[in-house]
Amino acid sequence: MTVSTNRPLSPFMTYRWTLTMAMSFVHRATGVALYVGTLLMAWWLIAAASGPAAYGAIQGFTASWIGRLILLGYTWALLHHMLGGLRHFVWDLGYGFGAAEREWITRATLIGSITLTVVIWVIAYAAGGAR
Amino acid sequence: MSQGSGSMRTPIGRVRGLGAAHSGTKDFFRQRLTALAMLLLFIPALVVVMMLLGRNHAAAVQILGSPLVAVIMILFIIASAWHMKLGMQVVIEDYVHDEKLKLAAIIANTFFSAAVGLASIYAIIKLSSGV
Repeated sequence: MTVSTNRPLSPFMTYRWTLTMAMSFVHRATGVALYVGTLLMAWWLIAAASGPAAYGAIQGFTASWIGRLILLGYTWALLHHMLGGLRHFVWDLGYGFGAAEREWITRATLIGSITLTVVIWVIAYAAGGAR
Repeated sequence: MSQGSGSMRTPIGRVRGLGAAHSGTKDFFRQRLTALAMLLLFIPALVVVMMLLGRNHAAAVQILGSPLVAVIMILFIIASAWHMKLGMQVVIEDYVHDEKLKLAAIIANTFFSAAVGLASIYAIIKLSSGV
């Protein structure tokens, strides 16, 4: 029995890693990261409600290099997930599905999230450092 | 699902109330509703965080306990706790295939989201009523 060489391949075999696929995964990954990150928000608010000692502890943590790194990651994850959500709103409404459109809108969320993270941290250091 | 050609169910009957969540598109809509709420609350919540940077406990209590800030924070917490519950449920439904384990994970997710949300709201209310 001869096997035809041009018969359709399974989608699994034709998949290649595209930007929209990668960003779809990143949207989910940032969502899960933010889920865990809410523990930090709850800790911060409960610490404020508990008293100066508890609040000092979380301030100490957020001032440490690991704390700053987590907060930087949290900022980016939040912004990326938010811009990714905006992109999904556009798609939900039925726009932006063209080959060129879906590529640039996906690129824009990535570039936008990184840019906004830098802008917010510059403002944060200017505002926080001035006190 | 096995729907034979002799089924008495109409197509709309098959569609209604089905899907992995057994609740149709209700969760899909609420996911986007809470996303929109957070989108609108993002700038106010960011301003609150910026106001708190570099301030001590006494100042943080005063800011978080002021009515406008407290309302912004509570709305943001409700939207985020609900949104993350729905989001994580989709992740669980996609990746956990064992029915019992899936049910356990969905219950755990609901408890976690409710606990984080309510603990944060409690902290805000406590700060608002003067610690």
